[in-house]
Amino acid sequence: MSATVNTAGKTVRWVDDRLASSNFLKRSMGKVFPEHWSFMLGEIALYSFIVVLLSGVYLTLFFKPSMIEIAYNGSYVPLKGVEMSEAYASTLDISFDIRGGLLMRQVHHWSALFFIAAISVHLCRVFFTGAFRKPREMNWVIGVGLLTLALLAGFAGYSLPDDLLSGTGLRIAQGIMLSIPLVGTYLSFFVFGGEFPGTDFISRLYAVHILLVPGLILALLTAHLIMVWYQKHTQFPGPGRTNENVVGYRLMPIYMAKAGGFFFVVFGVITLISGLVTINPIWLYGPYTPDQVTAGSQPDWYIGWLEGALRMMPNVEWVIFGYTISWNILVPAAIVPGIVFTVLGLYPWIEQWATGDKSEHHLLDRPRNAPVRTSLGAMALSFYILLWIGGGNDLIASFFDLSINAITWFLRIAIFVVPPLVFIATKRICLGLQRRDRDKLLHGMETGNILRLPHGEFIEIHAPISDEEKAVLMSKPDRMPLPASEGVDENGVRAPRARLNRLRARLSNFYYADNIPLPTREELEAAEAHLRHEVEEAAPVMEEDRRLVPARDGAVLHDPLNDEH
Amino acid sequence: MKKRSRRRSFGAGILMGGALLLAGSGYAVVNAETTPSPEPIAAEGSVEQIQVGRQLFLEGCSSCHGLEGQGIEADNATGGNGGPSLIGVGEAAVDFQVSTGRMPLAVPEAQAARKPPTYSQAEIDAMAAYIATLGPGPANPTEEELDLEDANIAEGGEIFRTNCTQCHNFAGSGGALTNGQYAPSLMDATPEQIWQALVTGPQQMPVFSNETITPEEKKNLIAYIESLKVEPNNGGLALGRLGPVTEGLFLWTAGLLSLIAVAIWIGAKVR
Repeated sequence: MSATVNTAGKTVRWVDDRLASSNFLKRSMGKVFPEHWSFMLGEIALYSFIVVLLSGVYLTLFFKPSMIEIAYNGSYVPLKGVEMSEAYASTLDISFDIRGGLLMRQVHHWSALFFIAAISVHLCRVFFTGAFRKPREMNWVIGVGLLTLALLAGFAGYSLPDDLLSGTGLRIAQGIMLSIPLVGTYLSFFVFGGEFPGTDFISRLYAVHILLVPGLILALLTAHLIMVWYQKHTQFPGPGRTNENVVGYRLMPIYMAKAGGFFFVVFGVITLISGLVTINPIWLYGPYTPDQVTAGSQPDWYIGWLEGALRMMPNVEWVIFGYTISWNILVPAAIVPGIVFTVLGLYPWIEQWATGDKSEHHLLDRPRNAPVRTSLGAMALSFYILLWIGGGNDLIASFFDLSINAITWFLRIAIFVVPPLVFIATKRICLGLQRRDRDKLLHGMETGNILRLPHGEFIEIHAPISDEEKAVLMSKPDRMPLPASEGVDENGVRAPRARLNRLRARLSNFYYADNIPLPTREELEAAEAHLRHEVEEAAPVMEEDRRLVPARDGAVLHDPLNDEH
Repeated sequence: MKKRSRRRSFGAGILMGGALLLAGSGYAVVNAETTPSPEPIAAEGSVEQIQVGRQLFLEGCSSCHGLEGQGIEADNATGGNGGPSLIGVGEAAVDFQVSTGRMPLAVPEAQAARKPPTYSQAEIDAMAAYIATLGPGPANPTEEELDLEDANIAEGGEIFRTNCTQCHNFAGSGGALTNGQYAPSLMDATPEQIWQALVTGPQQMPVFSNETITPEEKKNLIAYIESLKVEPNNGGLALGRLGPVTEGLFLWTAGLLSLIAVAIWIGAKVR
């Protein structure tokens, strides 16, 4: 035993003499992280990305990124002798003739779907809690970059097997390229090395899918994590938690165990699903040829919103001087996602500018305490979900016996009507919750016990809230809209950028004007006194009450007062 | 000019004579039959069978298709239903529509839905024989035409992907068409019904005559669809063989929610 310890000690010393890393490790292992389940959503993304990498490496051993036409001669009988590309044939081989190949394919595909889904919910968490605020704006932008790269990696991977579904997706991608004015045709010829489909794109896409995009993702991911490490993790408000500290557990041993365990749970759930549930049965789709297409041609879920935008867009085309401008493709497939990603990436600065809030934030917002941000987020989500529905309109039509045309027209109107309604409703809910919080601070918790006082008044007994809850409620930042700026200064000189400042004041009013203010110190003290008084007044009555009320089974309750007499 | 019109009136005369002869002999047979029991139905193509078929047609179909199968135009003013003419649709169409339960129509909708058939196969044969007398149309496939023993499944798959998948989906699971219409799932269709649908083009489906898809190719195609029915789900649960939409739905419900549940469990405060 001691010999083992000695050997271990020697090894550690040997390493440390050369790397001088023990100080760094000691500090790092003791790093404190705050605790909340929603902080683990990003972890799901990280772990599923590791699973994507591991399974992807296995697939590269057998996949042939080649568009050479061959006659299939593997063990899947319904395709025997059919002409197909080597890429598709090798994917069939992975599925049917290579040990563990189908499981690995399914692990790779499911974990990719998990990866992007986890990124999305992680993004929602960061947005709704305001974790993107100063000093973390750059990390937000890196996160948006990671999401974009993940979509790109996913789409490239979906297109590689060269089956009927993936080829259809590529054809749509080519159509989108063609719709770009002036450069579209050149772009398409450049990307595909000639006319679609050509013989080049699988090998090109392969390099993008296994080298370029994963490399970029790894680099950005590292930067993302280093920044979390360096800037420290944000925390929710609570007792003892301030903007200057981090309250939580140390990395070693608590988070090492938790995170390590969670990694295996994620790996396990993905593998279990991959073993039990089919994903992308490419053998049923058949090889891609441009003259074939299948009903239910849809992209994976993360491109579904763009598919929906395409399906919803009315067929508008202009012909100007013999050149066609395909608004029907350009708007849903290029302009809408362009706007979405630009606004998403710039949102930290948009909010900063509109509210004038340039201070550092390490304490998270409870979503209700930032009602306009929360409502904007909910509005964006409703927009996204409507587009999603559009992407699956054919399946919705056949499952619910609806007309696909009716669904499309409903969505065309709803996409403009529903998000504003969601905004209004969410804001109302947030403000209602704020009012309830204020109420709790002033009057305590409603117990549901109604008491009739001797003079006939009915009161509801309120219980004081816990100190912990009080700390959370009192953490609500007191935000005031910027003052409306005067157009001119005291000397009657027109202020510089007066119009901009007016807009800004209006925006900050939009963000903050409706906030329910926290009770003032006087109000709190008065409320406390009132509560004390209420308890005092109620106490003898309650005693009386307790003595008189018979137990439910009719027995007389034990009565300490009477016992004493 | 004169010649042609004379020939036309001559042809119409023959047709009229034939129809009269048929109707007359039909009535004679009906009158001769004193006990009107539909079972057992007489031999195939026989006069008796046609008679029984006509009787069934008059009772069950003529309210929409007309007493002579000539079709009725829908009356929008009274809301009365119409039905297309059945002259020349052939026995294959009758057999397909009635054996899949689409006819008689339960309720006028965007499209007639498949349901359990109302008539027995013998009754369907009788009606088909009667309708076949109204005018020449596609016949039912022969036994050799449906002999799938030595069919080429792989070639059938090629034909399937070229001609069928765009509406019926890559695995024959069906798909939506415009205005509430749809291409039904092929998983319930028998080889005979697929053949009949190909040659008659029911509802939204185009006709794939023997010139477009040869009988040999039809056989391969049907063999491929039959192979889809028994094709095991190699990857596990198939999620309806509907493509990425159901996969995404599964991911967001069962998949991600279970991981979030674990996260909540791990992140739960220890008290």
